[in-house]
Amino acid sequence: MANGKSVHKLRRVYVWEQPVRIYHWLNALVILVLIATGFYIADPLALQSSKEASQQFTMGWVRMIHFIASYIFFFNFLFRIYWGFVGNKYANWKQFIPTSRRFFREMWQVFKMDILMLRGKEHMSVGHNAMAGFIYFFTFLAFLVQCVTGFGLYASMSTGWWFPKLFAWVPAMFGGDFFLRQVHHWTMWFFILFTVIHVYLVFYHDYVEGRGEISSMGGGWKFIEEDVFEKGMDVPNEPTKS
Amino acid sequence: MDNATMQKSPTYLEEFKRKGYSRKDFLKFCTLMAAYLGLENSSVGQVVQALSNKPRLPVIWLHFQECTCCSESFIRSSHPIVADVLLDQISLDYTETLMAASGHQAEEAMKNTMTKYKGEYILCVEGSVPTAADGVYCMIGGKTSLQILEEAAEGAKAIIAWGSCASNGCVQAAKPNPTSATPIHKLVKGKPVIKVPGCPPIGEVMAGVIVHVVTFGRLPELDGLGRPKAFYSKRVHDTCYRRPYYDAGLYVESFDDENAKKGYCLYKVGCKGPSTYNACGVTKWNNGVSFPIQSGHGCFGCSEENYWDNGRIYQRASAFPGFGIESTADMVGKVALGVTAGALAAHAVMTNVRKKKLIKGLEKEGKESEKELKD
Ligand code: SF4
Ligand code: SF4
Repeated sequence: MANGKSVHKLRRVYVWEQPVRIYHWLNALVILVLIATGFYIADPLALQSSKEASQQFTMGWVRMIHFIASYIFFFNFLFRIYWGFVGNKYANWKQFIPTSRRFFREMWQVFKMDILMLRGKEHMSVGHNAMAGFIYFFTFLAFLVQCVTGFGLYASMSTGWWFPKLFAWVPAMFGGDFFLRQVHHWTMWFFILFTVIHVYLVFYHDYVEGRGEISSMGGGWKFIEEDVFEKGMDVPNEPTKS
Repeated sequence: MDNATMQKSPTYLEEFKRKGYSRKDFLKFCTLMAAYLGLENSSVGQVVQALSNKPRLPVIWLHFQECTCCSESFIRSSHPIVADVLLDQISLDYTETLMAASGHQAEEAMKNTMTKYKGEYILCVEGSVPTAADGVYCMIGGKTSLQILEEAAEGAKAIIAWGSCASNGCVQAAKPNPTSATPIHKLVKGKPVIKVPGCPPIGEVMAGVIVHVVTFGRLPELDGLGRPKAFYSKRVHDTCYRRPYYDAGLYVESFDDENAKKGYCLYKVGCKGPSTYNACGVTKWNNGVSFPIQSGHGCFGCSEENYWDNGRIYQRASAFPGFGIESTADMVGKVALGVTAGALAAHAVMTNVRKKKLIKGLEKEGKESEKELKD
């Protein structure tokens, strides 16, 4: 490149491995399904039908889809936790749980630059930035709450295999199904709000950073400035080289 | 049990006979009870045996903050023997509502049972115990409810908490719970407590619990919340005869619509059957005549903890805490969604203002690259 000063040298980095991408889109799909069916179960539409009850099974199917999706959601979630230990460094659990001072420093940086819109110089991490990672940590907690409350509600109505019965203790902890159901419903709203903000921020980062944020969850690639590597700033949980 | 003391009291069969019931009635009753308890056919003999040979179980039945609907339900349970023998003659050695004695005599009777059958008697409690203001909200014979409970619990073999009041506080424990109405299991330590919630509990269920204790000499199997599994392991929804309409997606939209006439599911008019563990759908009420859903009204959830605060009677959704009683999670969620969308729009505008230089820089960079390719 002739004009080295104004044109960045970029490196192609394989950030999101295929299992992470599959996890991500599967998760997105089942969450949408769970939200849609969940709303229906909470407040079913008034069916305009002259058929006999024996000839339709609308709520039954919706519930069945909800339950199937919840199984996929749960095991997909388990897989992601596992991948946090065996995947690449951008997928590692340390991206989500602060283990160093740099993590907090970067969180503050992100807050300053992306929320307060102040100027900052530091380059952000390649995978999740520290703030995003930390918020994903809470998202995982919400996943956990949703799985526990959901399977807790499901345990007593399930017949057959042992897995849902593992959650039979849950209603007692919440003093019964009434409250459990409400907690399950409230947590769903967290998912909705999260999704809206998440999608917006992906566009935002692509827009102001030009690293291919949006497409990265498709092919796995991000395009990163050379000096990020020189300074060793690609993940927030490791100290920088400088 | 201590035989020397117990031999003096007659067995259930003797009581039945004295009351003028035939052996046939007696067997019918045993079979009925075995069925309610979910026992196998072969166990009917065990019930018969127990009730023929075992002496009556000494019972003390205390009443605190309650409306006596549990007692009412019990004495109206479908089989006359329940009322006549089990209650009248379970040797209810002390119960304010039904005993003949009163005043000092009654207190005397209770004292006697407590000393004579120490470690043997079953303590039945109806009602919650107010603990606020040193317990002045419910006092009997100069003692607070808590004192009476503690004294009686001391020598009890087990405690049965009748109804929602004793099991979870019921209406008097609803917010703001001015008297600090407290359920029994929170006050008594070191004694098994069987919760038989419901407002009231079904009479047959109550009789079943007692027959189980008499027959097997131990408490029935309890679930995670301390309720007998035989009666509380299924939701009303699981045994509801309107369930096919629920699964079909056919609901009553309002109580006066065509769907109500057709007997569709009451889910959308607030039925709490899907979160309520009780035997109403099977055992029903008033000698098996009907139960609320059969009569066209949704389940209240009367046997669930906190049912007064946890839901609205005619709606599925309940209030979202901290946002007033009219709010629901969905209303709050929609507002939050609107606020979020607004904040993001503002953020997008600010991005274009504050990061103009950065964005222009990126664009310039891109254009330069493009130019280079053309050259
Ligand atoms: S009426 Fe109530 S308990 Fe019966 S199926 Fe409908 S929601 Fe369930
Ligand atoms: S149907 Fe529901 S509210 Fe009615 S008695 Fe049964 S549990 Fe209680």
